[in-house]
Amino acid sequence: MLIPHPLLGPRDAQEFTYLGDAALLARPDGMAEGALGAFIDYVYLRDNPAGVHRELWFHEQGDRSWLVVTRNTVTHEIIDAQLARDVALARKGAVA
Amino acid sequence: MTRLAGGLIDRTRTLSFTFDGRSYQGHPGDTLASALLANDVRLMGRSFKYHRPRGPIAAGSEEPNAMVELRRGARQEPNTRATVAELYEGLEASSQNRLGSLRFDLLAMNDLLSPFFAAGFYYKTFMWPRAFWEKLYEPIIRNAAGLGRLSMQADPDAYDKGYLHCDLLVIGAGAAGLSAALTAARAGAQVILAEEDFLLGGRLLAETHLLDEAPAGGWLAKVEAELAALPNVRIMRRTTVFGTFDHGIFGAVERVADHLPTPGNGVRQTLWRITARRSILAAGATERHIPFANNDRPGIMLAGALRSYANRWAACPGQKVAIFTNNDDGHRTALDLAAKGVEIAGVIDTRGSVSALGNYPVFVDSVVENTRGRLGLKSVTVRSGAKNFDLDCDVLGVSGGWNPNLHLASHHRARPVWNDTLHAFVPGENGPPGMTVAGAAMGQGSTAAAMTAGASAAVAAMEGLGLRAAMPELPRAEKADANLYPLWHVPGKGRAWVDFQNDVTVKDIRLANQENMRPVEHLKRWTTLGMATDQGKTANVTALAVMAELTGKSVAETGTTMFRPPYTGVSLGVLGGGDTGPHFRPRRLTPSHVWAAERGAVFIEVGPWMRAQYFPQAGETEWRQTVDREVLATRQGVGICDVTTLGKVDVQGRDATLFLDRLYANAMASLKVGMVRYGLMLREDGLAYDDGTCARLAEDEYVVTTTTAQAGPVFRHMEYARQCLWPELDVQLVSTTEAWAQFAVAGPNARALLQRVVDNFDLSNEAFPFMACAGLTVCGGLRARLFRISFSGELAYEIAVPSRYGNALMARLVEVGSDLGATPYGTEALGVMRIEKGHAAGNELNGQTTAQMLGMGRMVSAKKDAIGSVMSRREGLLAETRVLVGLQPVDPALPVVAGAHLFTEGDGHSTATDQGWITSACYSPHVGSAIGLGFLANGAMRMGEVVVAANPLQGGEVRVRVVSPHFVDPDGGRLRV
Repeated sequence: MLIPHPLLGPRDAQEFTYLGDAALLARPDGMAEGALGAFIDYVYLRDNPAGVHRELWFHEQGDRSWLVVTRNTVTHEIIDAQLARDVALARKGAVA
Repeated sequence: MTRLAGGLIDRTRTLSFTFDGRSYQGHPGDTLASALLANDVRLMGRSFKYHRPRGPIAAGSEEPNAMVELRRGARQEPNTRATVAELYEGLEASSQNRLGSLRFDLLAMNDLLSPFFAAGFYYKTFMWPRAFWEKLYEPIIRNAAGLGRLSMQADPDAYDKGYLHCDLLVIGAGAAGLSAALTAARAGAQVILAEEDFLLGGRLLAETHLLDEAPAGGWLAKVEAELAALPNVRIMRRTTVFGTFDHGIFGAVERVADHLPTPGNGVRQTLWRITARRSILAAGATERHIPFANNDRPGIMLAGALRSYANRWAACPGQKVAIFTNNDDGHRTALDLAAKGVEIAGVIDTRGSVSALGNYPVFVDSVVENTRGRLGLKSVTVRSGAKNFDLDCDVLGVSGGWNPNLHLASHHRARPVWNDTLHAFVPGENGPPGMTVAGAAMGQGSTAAAMTAGASAAVAAMEGLGLRAAMPELPRAEKADANLYPLWHVPGKGRAWVDFQNDVTVKDIRLANQENMRPVEHLKRWTTLGMATDQGKTANVTALAVMAELTGKSVAETGTTMFRPPYTGVSLGVLGGGDTGPHFRPRRLTPSHVWAAERGAVFIEVGPWMRAQYFPQAGETEWRQTVDREVLATRQGVGICDVTTLGKVDVQGRDATLFLDRLYANAMASLKVGMVRYGLMLREDGLAYDDGTCARLAEDEYVVTTTTAQAGPVFRHMEYARQCLWPELDVQLVSTTEAWAQFAVAGPNARALLQRVVDNFDLSNEAFPFMACAGLTVCGGLRARLFRISFSGELAYEIAVPSRYGNALMARLVEVGSDLGATPYGTEALGVMRIEKGHAAGNELNGQTTAQMLGMGRMVSAKKDAIGSVMSRREGLLAETRVLVGLQPVDPALPVVAGAHLFTEGDGHSTATDQGWITSACYSPHVGSAIGLGFLANGAMRMGEVVVAANPLQGGEVRVRVVSPHFVDPDGGRLRV
């Protein structure tokens, strides 16, 4: 597989480490009311779609960027790749 | 000798080779199979289950029968197809899967027992008694039903891996592939042309077709010369593209030296990973046979293969040839062989109104019903209309049509689709992106159609890449239709083989149908159809058609199994490439490695590192002596250990403090500049992840350490926290594990020793107390970092200098400390001392334990939101009572074994009564007996109790007393002197 790194262009998937669902970016606030329930969902509950999936990849043998890669789990087509940092900042901006 | 005239063999040179110990001669250009056939040897193997005599049926990589053990000694390779093994001087081959000689295989009695070996026999016959399976049935079956033998020696050859990139990958260099490559190459594209054969040309090498009214060889030579001269073309012969992977990536094996006696100094095979923007699959087609009773005798071959042997290799497996066909292609074989002077006994054609293309008898409306000849064909029984007769012949060519080689097009889920006109499966929609299939692989089987399809596919591919390509001028070529009328098998009583390699017959398919194993995937597994090393290339479609007939469905409705890589077998050696032995993965050496090696240290692999395990001295005969000495020398004087391998991460930035406070479960915000604190990281699910130290070097600068094993994962985790969880924080990370050489200097004399190397630095307890840290210089101006931390429980420091000075610093410390008893110690003594002190390490932080179990539950701060802190307070984890305790055998002579489970005295040993387990154990020279650490239910309340450590795996049990995990200096006084 080739992953289109937003800074470095197409890179071999072997250079990356896979983590999982990009929903991990939405970490609950541990000090909030009902944090335990929110964390149980956050840690254990995942969608497992046959189709488009947003997921986290780490360019470990590269520039250490965490990426949010949008991949079709059926065809392995990669639709998009962004810096996780940008995605997380945008999300936090939207939440705030 | 049955050498014919002509052929693409070099008759000016003769090669000698042996088969089953007998010597023969062949020529360069021969394969082992063609050379044997030319020497009148056609019995080349025994079948898998029934040990039936077998010869080759094909002339290429689809061959199911003629498998041999090639070469001798360590290079002996089993299951090599004689049809693709290139002949070289001195080649040694032997037949396999036999007991006794090939002609009189004692296991041929299996053939008489065939009723016991029908489809699914594994699941039925050997069910009872159950105990017999492992001890009796399986060894017998494995011995009798088998393939070749391994040499059981290490492979002496070298393998390599390489990466290639191109605009267009053309797979197969026949009429279609060559036309495609030529078209793209002329357009200026970067082209790779991969061909599994050692010659380019594909079927053109095996046919007598004319191109522009001249033999095909002329056109082939011209095209090959043009391609070879173009700098943008790479021709790869002896290269099998075995798999299509995601995003235009292909796997290919180049057999660099398999055609030579040995690879010499070069590699034997290379694994290529080819990334192609576009690809054209022009892999040709595989001829199929028509099953009839006893259709597996040596001498019965595919009609197209007979043509290959005659035209390319000038060999014929007999004197008198009959052909059994359901299409015009079979007649071509008769024509070509007759032209070579071979006697044609007749063409047995299933169709009604056909006439001979030349001077040979034709039997219309006829089928072959049975055959005779134990070790080779002698005659066939023909049923012609209502009458039967025997036809003497020693060779029978069978032609049932051609199956496109579409495997690589369906490695990506795309299902082949049935074409009613071609009576074959062709590549379907949704093939791999960027791939076009052309030529016989697409069912475009005539030479003219294949050439046009190849060139057109290349023009389209170039267009997609923004290149302008023109159709080349293609030679005039035959465009005959095969006029096939399908016949899938000849019904009858005898066994008619469908899958030769796995001995699957029409009867087995009938049985599978009766037993309701009808879906294709069931049929395959019940009968083992297509599951041999040839993956059923000559069998699968025929079997599906037979099943379709039995169930009254069409082939299209019956469906087909999917194809997966590899297209043909790939040796594990080439998949490993050069990554074997010491090159399996990179080895990291510690900064003091050279010094330690000179001192005669014994090294041990720790993750990617080679660390000094212990430093034996003269007179020490056993490792324990050395380790005990190193421990005592450290506890009584001073010891030095290279601890560079612990992960080090520099954390800097305005928000570094906040970042670390969220990363560690315990409070970090209160850490003062110039001080170090122990830090425990949890996983988000609340279990313990890793531990280390966190040193605050300045207001906005920290260096944190990780365990050796987790250095990589923890750094990844920290980057994850920084980029994904809290990107708004101003913090930067850099791994400095390799940048600093770090040494633990431990023992009562540690301060005195360090005083001798530091430059004007006050090491007194007041100026530099326990858990202090500082930047300083040593040895007259060398930049260094000093941390007063202890893993051993003694007064101890860790000193870090730039890596390149590590070896010199180690030497200096041991040298200047000789009167203080300075002793280097390795990982064993390090481990003993940390167990004696009761520090957790990898064995305790194994991903199943919590802070509470480690005795650090109260460290997890509830006042902040750190990773894992919320989940660590889950009810289930809080209810856990197992905690870390020390364990000491009641009888000091007895050992303590890590992994042993703990039970209350008098209880049985079961999961229900399990009280915990021992994580770490060693002999403690300080205590004078073995000791251990472990997790024990309600451990804190059981001090002094005797429990049983049971070791059911290795046997034995030991009574151990529960004690504090701190065997040394439990109140920590030594750390603070």
